[in-house]
Amino acid sequence: MAKRTVLDILVKNHAGVMAHITGLFSRRAFNVEAILCLPVADGATSRIWLLVNEDGRLEQMMRQMRKLQDVYEVAACSEYTSVFSDLTSVMNTEMETVE
Amino acid sequence: MQKMTGAECTVRLLERQGITTIAGIPGGTNLPLYDALSRSETITHILARHEQGAGFIAQGMARTTGKPAVCLATSGPGATNLVTAIADAKLDSVPLVCITGQVPTPLIGTDAFQEVDTYGMSIPITKHNFLVRSAQDLLTVIPEAFRIAMSCRPGPVLVDIPRDVQVEEIAVDAFPLPASADAPPVVAQSDIEKAAQMINSASRPVLWVGGGVVAAQADALCKEMAETASMPVTMTLMGLSVIPRDHELNIGMLGMHAERYTNMAMEGCDLIVAAGVRFDDRATGKVNEFCPNAKVIHIDIDHCELDKLRSASLGILGDIKDVFSKLLPKIDSKPRKEWNEYLGALKAAFPQHAPMESGFESPQKFIRLVGEIADDSAIVTTDVGKHQMWTAQSYPFTGGRQWLTSGGLGTMGFGLPVAIGAALAAPDKKVLCFSGDGSLLMNIQELATAVEHNVNITVILFNNQCLGLVHQQQELFFEGNIFSCEYPVALDYVTILRGFGWHVCDLAEDCSEEIVRQALATEGPCLIHMPVSRDEKVLPMVPPGAANRVMIGGDSNG
Repeated sequence: MAKRTVLDILVKNHAGVMAHITGLFSRRAFNVEAILCLPVADGATSRIWLLVNEDGRLEQMMRQMRKLQDVYEVAACSEYTSVFSDLTSVMNTEMETVE
Repeated sequence: MQKMTGAECTVRLLERQGITTIAGIPGGTNLPLYDALSRSETITHILARHEQGAGFIAQGMARTTGKPAVCLATSGPGATNLVTAIADAKLDSVPLVCITGQVPTPLIGTDAFQEVDTYGMSIPITKHNFLVRSAQDLLTVIPEAFRIAMSCRPGPVLVDIPRDVQVEEIAVDAFPLPASADAPPVVAQSDIEKAAQMINSASRPVLWVGGGVVAAQADALCKEMAETASMPVTMTLMGLSVIPRDHELNIGMLGMHAERYTNMAMEGCDLIVAAGVRFDDRATGKVNEFCPNAKVIHIDIDHCELDKLRSASLGILGDIKDVFSKLLPKIDSKPRKEWNEYLGALKAAFPQHAPMESGFESPQKFIRLVGEIADDSAIVTTDVGKHQMWTAQSYPFTGGRQWLTSGGLGTMGFGLPVAIGAALAAPDKKVLCFSGDGSLLMNIQELATAVEHNVNITVILFNNQCLGLVHQQQELFFEGNIFSCEYPVALDYVTILRGFGWHVCDLAEDCSEEIVRQALATEGPCLIHMPVSRDEKVLPMVPPGAANRVMIGGDSNG
């Protein structure tokens, strides 16, 4: 399996911001393995974690992301990958179906 | 404190930004904006006949002035029709502010009449976009849109305003200041020192300039830099007007339709000073075989362009004008005799394919003739196809914002509406639009807009009754299997254009220099119709996907 890392992104919290971020990846056929997003502080900003493969295009993706008007900060932090591993056990349980 | 509607507020903000001309088409969801616009004393509205036309008219204004221009469309089909013009502006970094009407906020997401997700649709083709939620927000959104459109690498910004936001009444205490562009990134002094040292120690340097140099208005500095270092200059399609055509250091456009000696010169260089270029495949050919032995200094205002396709030996983030003005005093004046003699020998061994003489025998000779007759200040637009490449190869450019062509997106239908926009922005200049029959038909409705405003444009129509570049590629690369690119019925363009109220000069009937002079001296919209054989090709040519050293044709002087 390719080496993974997490992109830690601080964004302006509004309805279209996720589409801006994910669009950058989808139109370059760059797969996002997992996404976490929570509002932070007073809700004016959100923090997004993207689990991605660490390949040669990552630097270009980060530069593209910094160009987005709604993105305040971008960093790559491989130590956060464990958070996604912990979530795997939760997400792997069967979905509760409403009868 | 003034009470006003969102629509009135928008129009006031546009006025304060210095906007005097807006192109657009009214419809259900932007009617409050149009109602407010009707009362503006400073803004003239240009009623286009198709929203794509409106978008390209705005592009013509923006490309001519370098300042953001505005277009206006309604929701749904109005917005979708704008899309091509916006995408074109994105790829060529043209500052636009596109304002669209949207269905009322409570109806968004209900598949209402003429509703389309304009916000979502415009994300990949704009520099930024907004969906305005309240009239109060307009006070920040409109100036922001202009600031973003014009800052650093310019680009299109879309503002989607729901109808209820346009009619909402608000109290405005004070208007925000008109937006201005952000300061460009500060260039590191160490980069300047390193670049100077690399240029001074290079024995075979080439300066490669593109649209970024035009945007930065750094053409004069580029010329000075080239002259000081005796460094030959090659251009991308977007940078053709940076150096005058007849300048002794001008080695022409590189890439797919370059002269042979230009691509060969690139093979031989040891340093490329790449300024405001983005290593597009049409310029580099197969990118990993592009000048493999050369070091690269890449100067660009957009960090994403550095190392995107070719890692630079030195990437400099900054405004080209700023970088060159700091770099120039550190450049040694050198004759570089050996290198320039080598280039001279290349030129002698592989003479220019584009004709040296003007005349009527070929489209290229005719383009030269038009260029020689026209004033040096004329603005040149093109559509996309053979005529575009012939114009790129043969028009005697003299400099500046003279050359408006669809470089990145390659949009057929670009030429006519952009010419209208250019003529509106520079009413004292002649605007020439070189076009083909395939392209002209794609926005032919704007012939009406041109007549209505009596713009001073001359369309030179090369009519080969086919999609010429497709025809050429099918002939060369699909074993002559010509399919779906010929127009079997000969349209009577002379009658069509006269029907729109244009002056017409038909070279099929009679051709002499005097007739062309008369046509170019005509004030207002005028057509020069020139029939062209389908067999006239664009040569030389690098086959798509091949390295630039692999060229077809061009070993003889046509």
